[in-house]
Amino acid sequence: MPDDEFSSPGVPSELQEPPLSTELAEDETAAPADDLAVKAAAPEVLADSLGEYLQVWGRRIRSGESGALPIVVGLIVIIIFFQIERSKFGSALNLVNLFQQASIYILLGAAQLFALVLSEIDLSIGYVLGVGAFVVAELIASPVNFPWWLGILGMFVVTAGIGYIQGSLITRLHIPSFVVTLAGLLFFEGVVIELATIDKSAVGGVISVSNSSPVYKLVNDNISVGASWVILVVVLAIFAAVSLRSAARRRAQGLSAPPISITLLTIGITAIGGIALVYVCSINRGLLIPLKGVPYVIPFIGLVLFAYSVLLGRTRLGRYMYAIGANPEAARRAGINVQRVRRIAFMFSAFTAGLAGLVYASFLGSVSTDVDGGTYTLYGVAAAVIGGASLFGGRGKPIHALLGGLVIGVVYNGLALMGISAAGQYIATAIVLLVAAAVDSLVRRRGASEV
Amino acid sequence: MSSTSNSPATASGNSTANGAPLLELRGISKNFGPVQALSKIDFEIPPGQVTALAGDNGAGKSVTIKTIAGLWPPDGGEIVWEGKPAHFHGPRDAEAAGITTIYQDLALCDNLDIVQNMFLGHERLRHRLLDEGSMELSAKDTLKELRVVTIRSIRQPVASLSGGQRQSVAVAKAVMAKAKLVIMDEPTAALGVSQTKMVLSLIKRLASQGVAVIMVSHNLNDVFAVADRIVILHLGHMVAQAPASEFDPSSVVDYMTTGRSSRVPSAQAEQAERGA
Repeated sequence: MPDDEFSSPGVPSELQEPPLSTELAEDETAAPADDLAVKAAAPEVLADSLGEYLQVWGRRIRSGESGALPIVVGLIVIIIFFQIERSKFGSALNLVNLFQQASIYILLGAAQLFALVLSEIDLSIGYVLGVGAFVVAELIASPVNFPWWLGILGMFVVTAGIGYIQGSLITRLHIPSFVVTLAGLLFFEGVVIELATIDKSAVGGVISVSNSSPVYKLVNDNISVGASWVILVVVLAIFAAVSLRSAARRRAQGLSAPPISITLLTIGITAIGGIALVYVCSINRGLLIPLKGVPYVIPFIGLVLFAYSVLLGRTRLGRYMYAIGANPEAARRAGINVQRVRRIAFMFSAFTAGLAGLVYASFLGSVSTDVDGGTYTLYGVAAAVIGGASLFGGRGKPIHALLGGLVIGVVYNGLALMGISAAGQYIATAIVLLVAAAVDSLVRRRGASEV
Repeated sequence: MSSTSNSPATASGNSTANGAPLLELRGISKNFGPVQALSKIDFEIPPGQVTALAGDNGAGKSVTIKTIAGLWPPDGGEIVWEGKPAHFHGPRDAEAAGITTIYQDLALCDNLDIVQNMFLGHERLRHRLLDEGSMELSAKDTLKELRVVTIRSIRQPVASLSGGQRQSVAVAKAVMAKAKLVIMDEPTAALGVSQTKMVLSLIKRLASQGVAVIMVSHNLNDVFAVADRIVILHLGHMVAQAPASEFDPSSVVDYMTTGRSSRVPSAQAEQAERGA
């Protein structure tokens, strides 16, 4: 084994203990201790240079903390494959369409993420999406004719309520989430049909969303090209300033901070991604009339994922969700109200599925009882797991839902372009999901055997 | 603020100054149905010292520490904490008073890093968001005080740590929570030789900072390596309590297995006195 293997985070070893700490002496000389403490204090990890950082990163990947890299590589490979197969794949029209489609999967992945992080599952999200879509569509259409924001507020109340009820059944009656949400899947399919039946304006179970409504415009209208660039520049500038400043402050305080080159690299990759996105969207993709600009749904998804990243990464609630997902007993002993956090997580799951319903209603311009909730549920699970969330709890970030949702969107879109049947699309998606779950399981087993 | 008759602790509760015990068990009994798990246990835990709680399986070690930790109320007797009778109605009460118990499972979250584990449930906030910087600095200081120097990065997940390092994190977590008494249940049971040494030196350092430590162990090597005092239980009775220097391994084995020993006069004297 090479030397660095011993110090890899995944390979705890007796050899990691410097000899001095094995002394039972009361007082080791302070100097070497301080020296080691300083080293230990520069985590991210002991990496002062880009080279060291990459080395540590390599170790992390080998020990199961793979992060987003494999999925990004996979996504690029799939994109290149489809581009070679069908040159139309890379056209602005198709790519923007792909984003619009994928935004539903991304939100469903984010919805499922809240359950998965807690080591639970929410199988109801597909039809909660349906309920959310119907509530929005019915509230803003005649005869109710609410303004759009009140429709969305109504959707929020209904879906969060659904999450609260399911969460309460799980935490108060101790019914497994699998059963409660499976019942929810059936129940809310019934609710969707019932909503379509009682609404007399729903002809044949279909409610249309008015073209002039902001709900319709969310997916189908665009920010002008000029405004898109301005927004991009502002967002990138803020992102760069905040990351550089916080990294500098951490270094000044002697805290662990990634090397400056990594910070710059992250900013650079984000900038390239953002510029590519806006560039593609600003190409005229209209077939008859000019059509260009970034669809509103893209910054919408960005905002939602940003908010969830802050929630999960920077708040107590998020920290508790991860803690419960890994070790509920430890969380309980730490004084965390485990059941309350679980209920909140199911509320977020259902509400995010409702947001997916909003995008769904906007994307189709109508909602109908045809909504295929079962498939949507599984796509939600697939998006989260493909992106890197663990089915075993405690691991997963909103960025994973983004990446996983994009993979599903690309596979779905690419196979459709190649003229492969629905059957083939289902099978291909299933295989991608299985591969992702297998990777999750293998990584976990390897991690466990190394500890 | 009344201090009890035979405890010299001052009303300020600062028992460290005059060597009064931090914790005193007086005639603690505990039954489970007809089974008498503990009968009239008496012992004292002074601050700044490691007290080993030794005994064979079924001697009542676990019941004793769970009673102290507030998991089970005693059926008889009195727990005196800092000179005052204490009634813990659950582990939360005991923790609030400054008693932290580290069970063998350590209660760490594998997916969280060291800092996150040390502050779990007590996270510091700034502008309503987690104040990672301040938590990391405090965690670093605490680990430094405990001379936990073997950890490469305090931002690595605890899943990647060795058994001894995980034990160190659990101890640091207790220190972070300002524990005055740390109860450790078989801290070295699952560890290899060098890891055991590391944990034992950590326990000594913890005590040298003024924290009282109760170490449950039936490994005599470990007991004699770190304990300042030894309390021996046998079938629910306290059979000996004395400074570690008054025992030797064979006398401890005698006490653990038979409840009596003829080899050490001074400890025997105490046993006779207690037994009377």
